[in-house]
Amino acid sequence: MMASSYNAKEEDGHHSGASSHGGAGAVKSKKPDNTAFKQQRLPAWQPILTAGTVLPAFFVIGLIFIPIGIGLFVSSNNIKEFEIDYTGVGESSPCHSCAKNFSWNSTTPCLCSVDFTLEQPFESNVFMYYGLSNFYQNHRRYVKSRDDSQLNGDRSALTSPSKECEPYRTSEGLPIAPCGAIANSLFNDTLELYHIDANGTSNSIPLVKKGIAWWTDKHVKFRNPGGNGNLTVAFQGTNKPVNWRRPVYELDPSDSENNGFINEDFIVWMRTAALPTFRKLYRIIQKKPSSTPTLPSGKYVLNITYNYPVLSFDGRKRMILSTISWMGGKNPFLGIAYITVGSICFFLGVVLLIIHHKYDTRNNSADIPN
Amino acid sequence: KKCRGCVGIRRCYCFTLGVDERRVDSRTIYVGHRACSATEAFIPAKFCDNRIVSSKYTVWNFLPKNLFEQFRRIANFYFLIIFLVQVIVDTPTSPVTSGLPLFFVITVTAIKQGYEDWLRHKADNEVNKYPVTVLENGCRIRKESEKIKVGDVVEVEEDETFPCDLILLQSSRDDGTCFVTTASLDGESNHKTHYTVPDTEKDLESLYAAIECEQPQPDLYKFVGRMHIDRNNQEPAVRSLGPENLLLKGATLKNTQKICGVAVYTGMETKMALNYQGKSQKRSAVEKSINAFLLVYLCILVSKALVCTTLKYVWQSEPGQDEPWYNEKTQREKDTNRYLKMFTDFLSFMVLFNFIIPVSMYVTVEMQKFLGSFFITWDKDFFDPEIKEGALVNTSDLNEELGQVEYVFTDKTGTLTQNNMEFIECCIDGFQYKYRDASSELDGFSESWQGGCCGEKEELFLRALCLCHTVQVDGLGVDGEVIHPPQEQRGFIASSPDEVALVKGAMRYGFTFLGLESKSMKILNRNNDIELYELLHVLNFDPVRRRMSVIVRSKSGDTLLFCKGADSSIFPRVRQEEVERIRMNVERNATEGYRTLCVAYKILSAEEYAQADAGLREARLALQDREERLMTVYNQVETGMSLIGATAVEDRLQEEAAETMEALQGAGIKVWVLTGDKMETAKSTCYACRLFQRNTELLELTVRTLEDGQPSREQRLHDLLVEYHKKAVQDAPPVKAGVTRSWSSAGHDYGFIIDGATLSMVLNSSSESNSNSYKNLFLQICQNCTSVLCCRMAPLQKAQIVKLVKNSKGSPITLSIGDGANDVSMILEAHVGIGIKGKEGRQAVRNSDYAIPKLKHLKKLLLAHGHLYYVRIAHLVQYFFYKNLCFILPQFLYQFFCGYSQQPLYDAAYLTMYNICFTSMPILAYSLLEQHICMEVLLDNAPLYREIAKNAMLRWGPFVYWTFLGVFHGLLFFFGVRFLFSNPALQDNGQVFGNWSYGTIVFTVLVFTVTLKLALDTRHWTWINHFVIWGSLAFYVFFSFFWGGIIWPFLRQQRLYFVFANMLSSVSAWLVIILLILLSLLPEILLVVFRKPRGPHARQVQLNHTQTHTHTHTHTLILSAPLFSSCL
Repeated sequence: MMASSYNAKEEDGHHSGASSHGGAGAVKSKKPDNTAFKQQRLPAWQPILTAGTVLPAFFVIGLIFIPIGIGLFVSSNNIKEFEIDYTGVGESSPCHSCAKNFSWNSTTPCLCSVDFTLEQPFESNVFMYYGLSNFYQNHRRYVKSRDDSQLNGDRSALTSPSKECEPYRTSEGLPIAPCGAIANSLFNDTLELYHIDANGTSNSIPLVKKGIAWWTDKHVKFRNPGGNGNLTVAFQGTNKPVNWRRPVYELDPSDSENNGFINEDFIVWMRTAALPTFRKLYRIIQKKPSSTPTLPSGKYVLNITYNYPVLSFDGRKRMILSTISWMGGKNPFLGIAYITVGSICFFLGVVLLIIHHKYDTRNNSADIPN
Repeated sequence: KKCRGCVGIRRCYCFTLGVDERRVDSRTIYVGHRACSATEAFIPAKFCDNRIVSSKYTVWNFLPKNLFEQFRRIANFYFLIIFLVQVIVDTPTSPVTSGLPLFFVITVTAIKQGYEDWLRHKADNEVNKYPVTVLENGCRIRKESEKIKVGDVVEVEEDETFPCDLILLQSSRDDGTCFVTTASLDGESNHKTHYTVPDTEKDLESLYAAIECEQPQPDLYKFVGRMHIDRNNQEPAVRSLGPENLLLKGATLKNTQKICGVAVYTGMETKMALNYQGKSQKRSAVEKSINAFLLVYLCILVSKALVCTTLKYVWQSEPGQDEPWYNEKTQREKDTNRYLKMFTDFLSFMVLFNFIIPVSMYVTVEMQKFLGSFFITWDKDFFDPEIKEGALVNTSDLNEELGQVEYVFTDKTGTLTQNNMEFIECCIDGFQYKYRDASSELDGFSESWQGGCCGEKEELFLRALCLCHTVQVDGLGVDGEVIHPPQEQRGFIASSPDEVALVKGAMRYGFTFLGLESKSMKILNRNNDIELYELLHVLNFDPVRRRMSVIVRSKSGDTLLFCKGADSSIFPRVRQEEVERIRMNVERNATEGYRTLCVAYKILSAEEYAQADAGLREARLALQDREERLMTVYNQVETGMSLIGATAVEDRLQEEAAETMEALQGAGIKVWVLTGDKMETAKSTCYACRLFQRNTELLELTVRTLEDGQPSREQRLHDLLVEYHKKAVQDAPPVKAGVTRSWSSAGHDYGFIIDGATLSMVLNSSSESNSNSYKNLFLQICQNCTSVLCCRMAPLQKAQIVKLVKNSKGSPITLSIGDGANDVSMILEAHVGIGIKGKEGRQAVRNSDYAIPKLKHLKKLLLAHGHLYYVRIAHLVQYFFYKNLCFILPQFLYQFFCGYSQQPLYDAAYLTMYNICFTSMPILAYSLLEQHICMEVLLDNAPLYREIAKNAMLRWGPFVYWTFLGVFHGLLFFFGVRFLFSNPALQDNGQVFGNWSYGTIVFTVLVFTVTLKLALDTRHWTWINHFVIWGSLAFYVFFSFFWGGIIWPFLRQQRLYFVFANMLSSVSAWLVIILLILLSLLPEILLVVFRKPRGPHARQVQLNHTQTHTHTHTHTLILSAPLFSSCL
């Protein structure tokens, strides 16, 4: 709305000018106004890009970009990242049986554990991601299959969800809360991490589930119906999504503040990924107050409650441990790109300098005969 | 409209049933609705009422009619279809995204058209409700103008305009005349005399008369009719009616207290209304280019949609991909027929990518043209202090065409020359009289007296000059009392400036024309005696006869005929021995560039006069073929005359005519002079205008050269054409296109001269095959000549030539410029028609696309305005296609990553606003204000005009360049962000970005790149450009914050909630945005740097005025060529 008024204003400026001057023009025998605008003589800055002006710019860009690129590259390289695929495709992989024998109706969760070794210690906060591949969270039918007003705590939307949620709108005659394909396919594997210390005992590593979703999502965009009172009452008359084992108000039995629509795992999942291969933040491993690394190098065990089938669409599941720098997660692309562009600019600067030099002499020689 | 329809029906009726045509082609009007004879039943014929309807809509039909007309435009229709598809089919974007812009466009256009129509309604009402006085049964009744019916007797007072076309019945002046001015009809401001129908009763109430006249037709100067006056039981008297009896609606009554007239044509049948019909729409070459590009983009659009649809079904055929467990189809989707599904998928893709053809481009182009044309009207250089007017823009559709002109067809008289005649000399009976000095007055004449003979002849000659004309004396009071004003201040008004010059010339030699009073002409002779001549007949001038005559009766009772006209039309009608004495003088005068007229006279014997009088009266009464009959009588009367002498009148060149022509030629424009004048006169004008130079070799193809030697004209024509063709085309050095052509080469410059008679031989040669080959030869010769002169042209031939060139190979853009009614045909025919606000009325101006006060303004109009407009709009068009290509390409590429599911990359708000708000204003400002080279330089360096010749900026080359640029940018934006998103954890708190962040980053890069690209192209930064460019970017940022900052209750999905803010909190996003913007602009900057020599060089030229044009030109080429090769 703002936009159109802005636009109108701009055009009004032109139109009113035009019509008033048009009116003046209609009165014949009136000399046109000698204003700079009407005579197209507004004072103007006429920049001329020549080799001379662009040359320094190229050098400056080169000189700025190359250090930035090196900085990016180095910090990306300093980020420790560990990734493990636990889908269980291969015969030998520990989750193979869970993956193979998966059934929607089984009541007992299938458990499997994967051993792995961290070669280097992970300092500072470590972020635990789960990654999915070949999972089209950006499919149009999927992306639109949600009802944001329901998620915002709207009572009427709770009982009559949007049509976009079809075919996950109602089940057994009751409206589904939260409705839609996205909510229905909530990632529900449970990951637990244990450190095997030198004497073979496994220590559970505390995983923090707070702060994994955008602050604004957690506090504004997602609201429980009827505030944070009794969620069981608030969600009465609705049904859980068909693939869920527990209703939405029992998502996190350990923390009553983390239930309903404002469950952070749920919020993270609801932010649909851009590409079919993606990662989502699962847990944070807070750094220890002491000087010991958050995750010292050594042996670890990942315990998985295998609930989420991906083999039917040839998908993959990963667990990723990563530290974070000022630029986010590990990604060498930016650093390399900056270094490349910086070098190109610098190189072009040199080429330009040579050409400029030649061109100048030729120009002079051409001018002399005049 | 209604009455037009009924006329049409009546015509059809007569054609189909063969009813007596005369009855139907004429109408009968009973004066005052009184049937004249009892025998004939009085049937009141139905004529339309006197309502003028220029408005298109009424309150009721405005909406449907306007919508219908708007959707007839192909673009609007296309967008409507897209909108409907979005409403009906399940498409990725909501109908709002395309509905809102379309609604905006349609509304703005509708409001504009509605407002214009409201103005027309207001103007109509003003005319229609104007109170008039109608005489009904002896009472004077006040009525509204629209209620006048055909047959009403209307009374009009001084300075009122006539409410409809009237036949003058009664005037308050004693002599039964009235004066009118038709300034609002044809721009002639002189008072014209109109006459009452002779011998009608003074008492209108007892007048029983029927008027039979032709059905309405648009020619202002033609009218035939007759009036049957019924006198009590006598044979009805018949009077002829001509244009001199007809008072036209729109004309104003002057110098006459009041008149009464009977309405003959009313409302939409008046000549004025018939003349205000829409001109044919001219389309500019740029629009054709736009349409071609549009077609390419349509193909791109369709192929994109096809590729996506195909791949979608290929991809879906793999197991598990079509419907994974997490993303089941709805029941409806499952039920849909597979082929129907494919089709709707295709449509969905079309909708998703349809932004590639932007609705806003049409709006922006229209706006640019409309607003841009104001700069022409505002230009104070076009203001002429003499007529106190500036330039006039009749259509804004052709602004850019002014920068593309290849041929200029110019009229001579009034265009190249001032049409401000001055009597220079005369030749009486072989003796030459030259007017020497203004101060010497009478003495000058006496001194130059050379021979001892015939003072009588001399006086006869001067009397002839005083009598043979249709000049009126200004300041003639209503009562006819004239106090002799000092001679210098006496004002004459005439339709032709030649006549004024001649009368003024005679005045200087002692014979003063005092005016016309009750059919007698008063002359003050040398001895200050007043001579009176009764004016019997005026044999009007027409361009076919090329002469005019008067028949007068002197006091002594002699009946004299004086005739003046072009030498070619007079010489065959006088005795040959007289001709020889004068011919030499005439030819010498003609070669000096003067306009010559010959004067002859004849004494009519009583019988001769009686015969002529009868013939003339009869011909004037004729209802059919009146023109032809009059012509025959004229020709009979105007024979056997004796030649008295010849006059020479100088027509001065327009200010800066030569400079203008030189500039046009320097700009690579070929100038053709098309004139009705004599070859010698026209040739000398051409030399004076420097169209022909000293070293120009003239190729003549005129009646004179054809008559040399050869037995058959056809044969000679053939030989000459072949010879000239050999000279000018085959032997000429090979001419390269446009820029490289050497235009001041030391080689041969050819000028070509052809006259009307020969031209018609070339065009209408007897055998069909010859005709075509002649035409081709002729065209080829002409195209290789620097300038062409066509003399003795009829108006229609001018248009023929324009058409010939217009349709020749390469269909060059033509421009016609002229000032008179005889130029209208060529003004309408050419791509661009320019009218000069000259002295020969306003017809040319009314029919033109642009009107300027003087010829010299043409230079600035073409070289500065035309050049700039072309560059602006060309850039506008290319830029629009470019920015939409790189807008939509990432969305297309995204389909490969989202399972071909038509998922849009950008949010709906961005999709909608991109073209309307974020990127529209900078380009509009650019296309109105850009001056890539400043005006002075453009004016001083005509060759710069060649750089944009032949639609240089909108050909396929530049188009492909822009398209590649768009593709490059689109790929860069998408894949740059794609690589960034290989790890979507981009924030320093480890949180991840989703698909809307992806789209927002791409969109941010896009908006900035596209705007900065325009900033790079802007050579002329006024504060408006700064405001709009930086303002647009700031607005985008502001809008994004705002749009993402609130949970919008009316939105179904809060997709962008805090997406933009979160994006800005990520350092990586900042870095990638900066990187991508810079990387996409890098090639552009490089190109600008390497292409540069042209710009500053042009400015440099301005400083070094001493440099010759040739030098700067070749200089530029040398500099730019090696640089280009070295960098590419």
